[in-house]
Amino acid sequence: MIFRRIWDHDLAWSFRRSPVTIVAAVLTLICVGAAALSPWISPQNPFEAAALDLNAAFKPPAWIEGGERAFLLGSDNQGRDILSTIMHGARISLGIGLAAVLFQMVLGVSLGLLSGYVGGRVDAVIMRIADVQLSFPAILIALLIDGVARVALGGERHEEIVIPVLVLSIGFAGWVPFARTVRGSTMVEREKEYVQAARVIGRRPMAIMLAHVLPNVMGPVLVIATIHVATAIITEATLSFLGVGVPATEPSLGTLIRVGNEFLLSGEWWIAVFPGVALVVLVLSVNLLGDWLRDALNPKLR
Amino acid sequence: MILEVENLTVQFPTRRGVLTAVDSISFSIAPGEVLGVVGESGAGKSITGLAVIRLLEPPGRIAGGEVRLEGKRIDNLSHEELRRIRGRKIGVIFQDPLTSLNPLYTIGRQLEETILTHLPLSRAQARERALSLLREVGIPAPEARYRAYPHHFSGGMRQRVVIALALAAEPRLLIADEPTTALDVSIQAQIIQLIKRLAAERGAAVMLITHDMGVIAETAQRVAVMYAGRIAEIGPVRDVIHAPQHPYTVGLMGSIPKIGFQGTRLTQIEGAMPRLNAIPPGCAFNPRCPRRFEPCTRERPELLPAGTSRAACWLHAHTPAPVR
Amino acid sequence: MPILQLQSVSRDFDVSRPWLNRVIEREPRRILRAVDQVSFEVERGETLGLVGESGCGKSTVARLIVGLYRPTEGTIAFTGRRYQMIFQDPYASLNPRWRVREIVGEPLRHLPKPERRERVGEHLVQVGLSRDDAERYPHEFSGGQRQRISIARALAGEPDLLVCDEPTSALDVSVQAQILNLMAALQERLGLTYLFISHNLAVVSLVADRVGVMYFGRIVELAPAADIFTRPRHPYTQMLLDAVPDLGMTGKPRTPVRGEVPNPLAPPSGCAFHPRCPYANERCRVEVPQTLNGVACHAVEEGRI
Repeated sequence: MIFRRIWDHDLAWSFRRSPVTIVAAVLTLICVGAAALSPWISPQNPFEAAALDLNAAFKPPAWIEGGERAFLLGSDNQGRDILSTIMHGARISLGIGLAAVLFQMVLGVSLGLLSGYVGGRVDAVIMRIADVQLSFPAILIALLIDGVARVALGGERHEEIVIPVLVLSIGFAGWVPFARTVRGSTMVEREKEYVQAARVIGRRPMAIMLAHVLPNVMGPVLVIATIHVATAIITEATLSFLGVGVPATEPSLGTLIRVGNEFLLSGEWWIAVFPGVALVVLVLSVNLLGDWLRDALNPKLR
Repeated sequence: MILEVENLTVQFPTRRGVLTAVDSISFSIAPGEVLGVVGESGAGKSITGLAVIRLLEPPGRIAGGEVRLEGKRIDNLSHEELRRIRGRKIGVIFQDPLTSLNPLYTIGRQLEETILTHLPLSRAQARERALSLLREVGIPAPEARYRAYPHHFSGGMRQRVVIALALAAEPRLLIADEPTTALDVSIQAQIIQLIKRLAAERGAAVMLITHDMGVIAETAQRVAVMYAGRIAEIGPVRDVIHAPQHPYTVGLMGSIPKIGFQGTRLTQIEGAMPRLNAIPPGCAFNPRCPRRFEPCTRERPELLPAGTSRAACWLHAHTPAPVR
Repeated sequence: MPILQLQSVSRDFDVSRPWLNRVIEREPRRILRAVDQVSFEVERGETLGLVGESGCGKSTVARLIVGLYRPTEGTIAFTGRRYQMIFQDPYASLNPRWRVREIVGEPLRHLPKPERRERVGEHLVQVGLSRDDAERYPHEFSGGQRQRISIARALAGEPDLLVCDEPTSALDVSVQAQILNLMAALQERLGLTYLFISHNLAVVSLVADRVGVMYFGRIVELAPAADIFTRPRHPYTQMLLDAVPDLGMTGKPRTPVRGEVPNPLAPPSGCAFHPRCPYANERCRVEVPQTLNGVACHAVEEGRI
């Protein structure tokens, strides 16, 4: 019964009509599935030093002469299976991306609600902070926060909590679009009669913001979130590529690309190319999904 | 006749099936006459107006019938031919004067453009004509206001400008869709008078679409009452208002509050107008009709003569309805 | 003791341009006086109608009474137990994401769930809907039904005073009749007091016992409904009644209506209506008329009308 309702829903209908979106969704599902389940389904655990065999280093992909079935996409300089490292790396990249966007959402939506509903000085202050922050590129902000953390915590401690630090830096870099959108919608909803009715009934402002306004402004938030996940993954990859992200011991896709970069021109191209392709596929699918969601949810286009 | 509409049907194909918004209606408007088209929301009156000038939003389309302007069919013209007719032969006044005028151009410019598009005049002549139109619609000191932008005007003044625009090329037919609904009552009265006078002077036909029976009473000579995409009753305004022949019109007139009414309760019609995808078979009004009898649920009535009007109601059939 | 009493209530809105613009362009602050020295009383059990055209301040008065705005001047005294409000727009007055039972149950959150459900069901039936409607969402209902839901929500708060801001203006005429009849029946059954705001004189003539006519933020005439519609005293009231389309088609001649409502940021001096008034004299241009016997007009006071 409920499947029928989902199938018949406007969103599902729009989804079914767009082959690009279906492909994107399938790809995203594959990537996310492979990444999430990697500890159980990857051919090899690339981070267990004991399992590595240096003799298996620099094996090319399986369809090229010299390759083996065990190393489907080849192996790197330490004998790690590229496919497995991609799966594990994607897991880390996705994990950081999702966590960062979650943080952005919570921070941005809260500030946007507050700003839009309360207005006045509070709104002015929050929006000025947002404006100032928007004049810095996200990467720069992330670098800044990451750098401060390194200095403050020292090398070793920093290594331990590098992932939360990354999540926070990408998080702080990207909350503004959420806040702005929610602020705009909140200002519209605030004038609507159902909010006024709640005030007449005697509800407190916090209750009105959370119970009445929030459900009605969340729509665009999901679209932004989807697109931000893609951006967050790229940001993390960039930071890792630059060497200030996830270290090589438990590499993300960006780190893998950096590591593979060294060998790119000396013939072992697969070490950098396959993680790169994986990154592109993942980000592209998520972006396309986000595009579809934005158009499907836009009431004017329906 | 300036406008003749014959068996006009307008449909909207949706993914859940085809919705019929206007179902085979016919009416005509003579020169100098104001025909009121009245109905509640969903009755199809605005759609009828849009269909006549072919401004239906796709996927809406004319699915049947003919529309003739001064004897010539206009429902099957190409877009290019239509473009020449709109403005020149047909003028339109929409409900919201704020969105009917382009906020980026002065009203003088907009008037001139419309005049120049349709009439072979020089720019100076167009300007003269625009000024005289503004005077006619009652804009004080039109030379001074010529360079003003729409937002400089109040609602009532804007609507006067819109009327001037609609009349700029001396159309034969004027379609006014809720022209006074967005205006205050005191301004409404002014605008109604204006439309009436200008149409009479020019011998133009006016199709006045509104939900407000009071406006119709003041402005129109004849009125068509629409219900669920069909015409329920059509006839002289005085007769339809004071001696309605269709049970829906009876109910409608009873629900309208009037100053000086002595009772405490209004007549109320139970239920609501059916949605387009749930129109009952037979007469569309039958589920709500206090005088429903056997043929009403089976067969849709044509407009039958009823006194000086015509009503789509089996009560007025003098020969029994065909039995299946 | 009247259930509601307003004394010299005024409300200003600051519509100045943003601070930066003002400083650069050297503009003064712009204050819009939406409600100007309004005084009236509402007796228990009666329906007081407040009429006027758009921008006259009647909706602002409603919002002042229920506390959505605070008066800039004057006092509002409410001696009843509770008040509730019904709004004009049936589409915006219900939260589209809430179920009907949550909407109608909002004033009842202090009750335990089972009792709340029971009360919600009762109120839905009271307004002509069914108990099953509690599980549905607003978009599944028509405009008239949504207004019924709004009324049910208001009733759930067990008010003595119901402030109704254009409750039927957005509805079709036949639906309006249903809602007006419903409201009249509820008033009888529950002993409610109504403050009924509308721009539609015919509707007000049907529901109100007394009527206040507002123009430009001021009350220009306040009288029993029977008197206002048969013997209007203030020139604006006369003009307003004249402007109502004549459904009876009596062919009554109408005095030509002059001018438009002035810009609220540049109010006329003296009596706000003087630029459009056929009886205006020098005093009208200079002095704001005081309310005497329910009418605020120099010409009436001087016996000129």
